[in-house]
This record gives sequence, C-alpha cells and structure tokens, in this order.
Amino acid sequence: MATTDLYNAEFMDHVSHPDYKYQMEDADCTHEGVNPSCGDELTFSVRFADDGTIDEAAFTGHGCAISQASADIMSDLMIGKTPEQARELCDLFMRMVRGEETDEAALEELEDGVLLRDIAHMPARVKCAELAWRTLDEMLAKGAEGGQAPSDPAEA
Amino acid sequence: MLDIAANPYKADFPLLAARPDLAFLDSAATAQRPAAVLDAQRSFYETMNANPLRGLYELSVEATAAIAAVRAQVAALIGAPDARDVVFTRNTSESLNLVAKSFSPTVLGPGDEVAITIMEHHSNLIPWQQACRAAGARLVYLYPERDGTLTDEEIAAKVGPRTKIVSCAHVSNVMGCELPVRRLADAAHAVGAVMVVDAAQSVPHLSVNVEALGTDFLAFSGHKALGPMGVGVLWGRHELLDQMEPMLTGGEMIDSVREQDATWAPVPEKFEAGTQDAAGIYATGAGLTYLTETVGLAAVGEREAALVAYAMGRLGELGFVDVIGSADPSRHHGVVSFNVRGVHPHDVASILDASGVCIRAGHHCAQPLLAWLGVENLACCRASLAFYNDKSDVDRLVDGLTQVWGIFHGND
Repeated sequence: MATTDLYNAEFMDHVSHPDYKYQMEDADCTHEGVNPSCGDELTFSVRFADDGTIDEAAFTGHGCAISQASADIMSDLMIGKTPEQARELCDLFMRMVRGEETDEAALEELEDGVLLRDIAHMPARVKCAELAWRTLDEMLAKGAEGGQAPSDPAEA
Repeated sequence: MLDIAANPYKADFPLLAARPDLAFLDSAATAQRPAAVLDAQRSFYETMNANPLRGLYELSVEATAAIAAVRAQVAALIGAPDARDVVFTRNTSESLNLVAKSFSPTVLGPGDEVAITIMEHHSNLIPWQQACRAAGARLVYLYPERDGTLTDEEIAAKVGPRTKIVSCAHVSNVMGCELPVRRLADAAHAVGAVMVVDAAQSVPHLSVNVEALGTDFLAFSGHKALGPMGVGVLWGRHELLDQMEPMLTGGEMIDSVREQDATWAPVPEKFEAGTQDAAGIYATGAGLTYLTETVGLAAVGEREAALVAYAMGRLGELGFVDVIGSADPSRHHGVVSFNVRGVHPHDVASILDASGVCIRAGHHCAQPLLAWLGVENLACCRASLAFYNDKSDVDRLVDGLTQVWGIFHGND
C-alpha cells in the first residue's frame, strides 16, 4: 500500500544517513520553521556563491521521518539554483504534496522529491513534508521583500 | 479466563462489521456506534420529529417525553438524585466551559486558586486558565508520580485555604489511570471548595456515581459512550446550578421576556438555549442502554481488562516499545499510550494505517502533560481499547509495530 511504499529504502536512507544535516559555519541566511502540533523543528541555512546561486544548503533540528527526509532531499536539490528557481521548486513541491500537480514530467524537476508524492494521499502529513520547503521559501521571500541581495550577510 | 479471541459484539457495529480490514484502536477519541444507536436516531425523525418543549400537539409532547426519559436515564447512570440537574450540552468541553464561565464567577476572586492536575485534557485546562485570568486567580497544578499516582502529600500541598475549585479527569486520556476523585473531593470540601470531574474517559468504561465520587459537578460526552457526536452532559448539585447565570441565552431558556430584561427558566432549561439535538439525545439514550443493559458495565470492565492485559503483555515482549504510565495493566482503563524508541509517533501511525490499524498519535490534547513527562517531540502513540475489540486487533497492532521497527532499524 501507498504508505509503506513511502517508507522505502531510498526514503529511509535520507532519514538514517542525511547528507545535509549539520550546522553550517558561514551561512548567509538562516531561518527556523516549526510545526507546533507535531513538535517538528527545523533550522535551515544557505550560503550563496558569488553568482547568487545557492552554493551550500544544510539543516538541523528534529521531527518525524517525513520532515527530516524532506529536508535532506530538498537541500540536495537546491545546490546550484538561483533563489527564483528555488522558490519555483518549493511551489512545485507544495503543489505535489497537496495533490494539485500530478504530471510526471513536471514533477521530474523535483528529482528525489518525488519520493514524497504519496503524501498527497496522506493529508495529515502534508505539513510534515512541507516544513523544509516552506521554511526555505519564507527565507527567500524575506530576502526578496527586503530588496537585499540574497547573499547580504545582514540576513544571517 | 475470558476468551478475547471471540467477539460477540462486532456484528452489532455496522462500521466494524463492514470493515474487517480495520483494527479500530481509537475509541478514547470516539467510540464506534452500534446499530441500535443509528436506528434510534433515524426512528426519532421518522416517528416523533417535532421540536421538544414548544408544541402543544401530541408529536411535540412525545419528543419532549423522549428527551425527559433520557435525562432520567443519565441521572440513573451517574447516580444523580434528581434528573432536573442533568443539563444537555454539545460535548464535555462545553459542559466544562459552562462550569468555568458560569459557576467560577460566583466563587472565584483575586488571589484565589483553582487546582487541577497536570494530567488534564485541554478541555479541563484551558477553561480554568480563562476563568483564572478573568478573576485574577491562580491556576495550581497537582503532579502525580510517574505511574499516575497522586499522593496525599501532593493533594495536601496544593489544595488549601485559597482553593475555591478542584477539577480533575476521572480517567486520564493519556495515561489511562483512574484519579483519586474521592480523596480530591474530600480535600476540596474540607477547605470549602467545589469539586468538578471530567468523566469523558470513565463513563464508557466504569461505573460512575456522583455521590460515591463526592463530586459537585460531572461532565461527559455521549459520543465516547456509543452515542452520536454532538451531545454532552453536565450534572451539577442543584443549589450550585441554581445560582449560576446561563452561558448562552435565547429560545427556550426563559420564563418571561420584557423589552429590557428577562427571567430565566428553572434548571436545566436555563442552560439549554436554542433547539437541542433532540434526535442525538434520544440516540444517546439508546447507546447508554446498549452499554449498560445489552452488554453491561461488568462485562465491559472484564473484557477491557483482559484486552489491556494482553496488549501490554505483547507490547512488553517487543523490547522496543515504552509504555507511558503504570506498568500494571489494571491501572489502564482502556488506554495504553506508548512510544516506539527513536521513531516519531506520526510515522508509527502512518505505517500502522497502511495495514488498517487505527491509533491516535500526537499530543492528545494534553500538551502540558507530555511536556511534564518529558516525552520526545511532545507526542506519543495511543491505542485505546473498547469491549468491541478482540485479540486479533491487538495482534495486528503488534505486527504493525514490528513492521515499523523493521523499516526504521532493519538495515542497522
């Protein structure tokens, strides 16, 4: 069934052996996200390259397997993306987990993010899956609103 | 020894009979309903539908009599001396809000205290936060031992001359333990305070008697005791109800209305503004009849005790499950909360759901309790059993938990 498919070996590898779960030393931006009803807490950090693309992404925090795997998958996807591209991917991911975007070709852009597509059938877990993406999107939106270059260290 | 593999009750519950794929272990959130309740709800609208109290014609008189009969049935169930002191509300939350909003102002002032336990459901916690805030009073918590025991020392330390109200759950919705209501009520009365009991988790499982408990108010919901959703009960001592202002005003709760003022109807109508869920109340009566007569509370208690003992035994064998509260099954009234080591309860519930096992996972509307217990993520899993469960439901829970452990630790 769908739920046990979700917790497959590839997904669990992101939970048990996350590549991007560490404290970043020289972050340009850091932003916290919480799901008060689940107790999920996540702090997401990025460092930008000179050309404005995301050079490094990492997270710390704790929560359910879905929130943790989602953060690891997202971090990997965001390396090399501009803030605009990153926000578009966040939007696409959130549409996928809410069941609003189901087109296979369109979802390919999310790479390992599609491991979480079955969340669309698990409404109670949407906010777990979204936490990292919502946190990144908020952080980048804040940068855009403030009219600052994303690499402005004042955001950190 | 009772045979918990046999299940003489499941066929009476249309949802359970139609869904043999489900192991429903969330009755502490809401019970399943027997056909008798669904039939009663339908029969009300088919045979006696009219607005109770209002009409002067036969149909309305019948509806009024049907509601009065359930009021008397509830009074008998909880040992209330007078059925007039049984007020119908929408749920336990509304019943407790009625006490906190309408009774508190008659006794609570600046510097006074309301004492509750850390084991309360938010329904018996937030209304007192609000009442204390409004009055300038202080909300004081009683803390149990890790197994849920409230000591005499703790009661003596927290219930004192400033205490005006003591309120507690009869059975904890997380730890499953019965609280010492009688001892708390005696302590309350010794200092002139009033005792309030949230019986939402006890009425479906135990014999509840307001005189034996020594309480002054008692609240519960019909839907956890096999009735439909949307009907709650507040019982109170007549002289206390009598001095309270209504929380809601409007239709059917008045004696007379003039342009600038109104006088209230007597208790209980004073607290039942607007049209009640008459069909729901009628069906609640059918649910209580099924619980207390068709099955019988003695049989309920015996079967649930056997199921809980079996469940706790099997969970204990797993070696990776930590049960919250007492290790003694006889102290868990239908409720067994636990965590799977290192696995978030929401992941546990999602994986169990894939094999049709329905448990609750999260904070169970008891965030201060989970914070006090120091439970990781402020969350836990809860399997809650009713007499209509059987051994296979517990076995499926245990199989599901083994699968959870395999998914999270299979490759270690």
